[in-house]
Amino acid sequence: MEQRDDMQVEITRTETGDTARIGGAITVHAVTRLRAELSRLPPDRPLTIDLAGLTRLDTAGAWALAMLRDRRGALAIRNAPPQAEALLRTVTEALPKPVAATPRSRRLSDQVERLGRAVAEAVGFVLALSGYLGLFIARLGRSLRRPSQFRFTALVHHCEEVGVRAVPIVALMAFLIGVVLAFQGATQLRQFGAEVFVVDLIAISVLRELGILLTSIIVAGRTASAFTAAIGSMKMREEIDAMRTLGLDPAMVLFVPRILALLLMLPILGLIADVMGLVGGALMAWIDLGISPAMFRTRLVEAADAGQVLVGLVKAPVFALIIGIVGCHAGMQVESSAESLGRMTSNAVVTAIFAVIVADALFSIFFARIGL
Amino acid sequence: MSVPPDHDTVISVRGLRNAFGSHVVHEDLDVDLRRGEILGVVGGSGTGKSVLLRSIVGLQPPGAGSITVLGTDLLTADETRRTALETRWGVMFQDGALFSSLTLRENVEVPLRAVPGLDPQIRRALAELKISMVGLPPEACSRYPSELSGGMRKRAGLARALALDPEILFLDEPTAGLDPIGAAAFDRLIRNLCGSLGVSVFLVTHDLDTLHAVCDRVAVLAERKVLVTGTMQQMLEVDHPWVHAYFHGPRARAARGVDNQIGA
Repeated sequence: MEQRDDMQVEITRTETGDTARIGGAITVHAVTRLRAELSRLPPDRPLTIDLAGLTRLDTAGAWALAMLRDRRGALAIRNAPPQAEALLRTVTEALPKPVAATPRSRRLSDQVERLGRAVAEAVGFVLALSGYLGLFIARLGRSLRRPSQFRFTALVHHCEEVGVRAVPIVALMAFLIGVVLAFQGATQLRQFGAEVFVVDLIAISVLRELGILLTSIIVAGRTASAFTAAIGSMKMREEIDAMRTLGLDPAMVLFVPRILALLLMLPILGLIADVMGLVGGALMAWIDLGISPAMFRTRLVEAADAGQVLVGLVKAPVFALIIGIVGCHAGMQVESSAESLGRMTSNAVVTAIFAVIVADALFSIFFARIGL
Repeated sequence: MSVPPDHDTVISVRGLRNAFGSHVVHEDLDVDLRRGEILGVVGGSGTGKSVLLRSIVGLQPPGAGSITVLGTDLLTADETRRTALETRWGVMFQDGALFSSLTLRENVEVPLRAVPGLDPQIRRALAELKISMVGLPPEACSRYPSELSGGMRKRAGLARALALDPEILFLDEPTAGLDPIGAAAFDRLIRNLCGSLGVSVFLVTHDLDTLHAVCDRVAVLAERKVLVTGTMQQMLEVDHPWVHAYFHGPRARAARGVDNQIGA
């Protein structure tokens, strides 16, 4: 095995110059030691390297010898076997010219420039998203005028993917939220003897806020990533370019069915979440506080009306648009590499969830202002 | 073909059998790679050229047969012997198979990191030397694979395969997907590097020009085994229908014509 360093260096010093006899194998395993041994010799004296005892020379060894020749003027290499000679020549020719690295600038003006670029990029991103919203609405309008262009089968398929398949996870999540709210609310309200108001707590928070918000967050995680991955992998394999050359409009074929499916399904999912949240809350209230389902119902009707449900569900189409547009836009940003597909998919999820929460906050302020 | 492998044979495959389910790819396949030669392996699509390469480097455990590389029987060797052997060969995959999270120089440094006690500065310099030897500009060192063209990725894959000065080099379709000028330059590069580094090369290819320009011998895979081995001249005299069609087709004649002109 040529794993070991079996190089011998023997140095003789005379008045006219130094001679280094190097025997054995000068390989990558020996090169660190070779450099150390030869660097001890004074560089201003002529040096002769005798390779008579050489058994093997690899590129690393040849590199060390070539660098030595590069650094000191008076260097003679003697008795090199022809193959070693050839390798030395090849390596000497290939020696890379040292390039000065440009240091990264840390001046204040550069920091400001970077900040400016980041802001411009963010603005550009928001503009691009609103461009996609416009594109979606325009294509939706066109498919209303010319229904034959509309892909009904694709819509049904995406409704199943986005809606029906999300029912179990959304229902379970909402049920557990109801349970947690009832339990936590009961512990706090019991201190004031106001246990029965746990029904108000559950009704208001689930119907107005949590039902639709948490559903949207789950759907953003499930669906925005799926949109990006599907559209992105088509982009990667040039399928989208192929569509364009065949006269198909990617927005019509890919975006409209997906976003429309989300628009139709998210309110339904939100309604399912509302119901399951109330069921979970009622169950916990019954077990923990002894509020019977009948009593829960009576109190529920007093505490909340259809308006509360509407305030919650009216947000659903907006969230659906946000999730769908973010997902489709991210998919179209995928480049030809698999890394960019992965990066854009996780970007899409983060952006969609963030945008949904921001929109929800804006809705809360809006409803508070108009007194709903 | 049952001659015992002599000491100038670096790879010796005997009676290899590879099958995926009921689909037999190789049956009783023998092939030899001699020291210092460039062996071109050709065959139609689906004849298992890449599977043969993968079997030899241990990525695809064969059903039966023996594979001896540099005197070590791969199928019976223990872990330490295999690991020692793996530093003595280099593999270049079709698209380079570079690590996408590392720059080019870091990619070439990966095999060098296995060398104990190698000074990091020397390691960097050696990686840069290898990158320069395969004909890439110094600026390419700090680029990531996704920022390079296909041809540059192939060269970088070659630089990584050559990082430890292997005794055997495996090349999988080195010129596939390159333009004719790039492919010819790559052929010259392989020829020159192998001449000066003294490597034995196992080259899987479809490219008739590469066969003419680079290979010392050619092995033809057909009917689940290596049908014939020999020089390009000998290939022209084989009268097996597939071999004849391959080496006498219009593309083969064109490649030969170009070769003759260069040779003249």
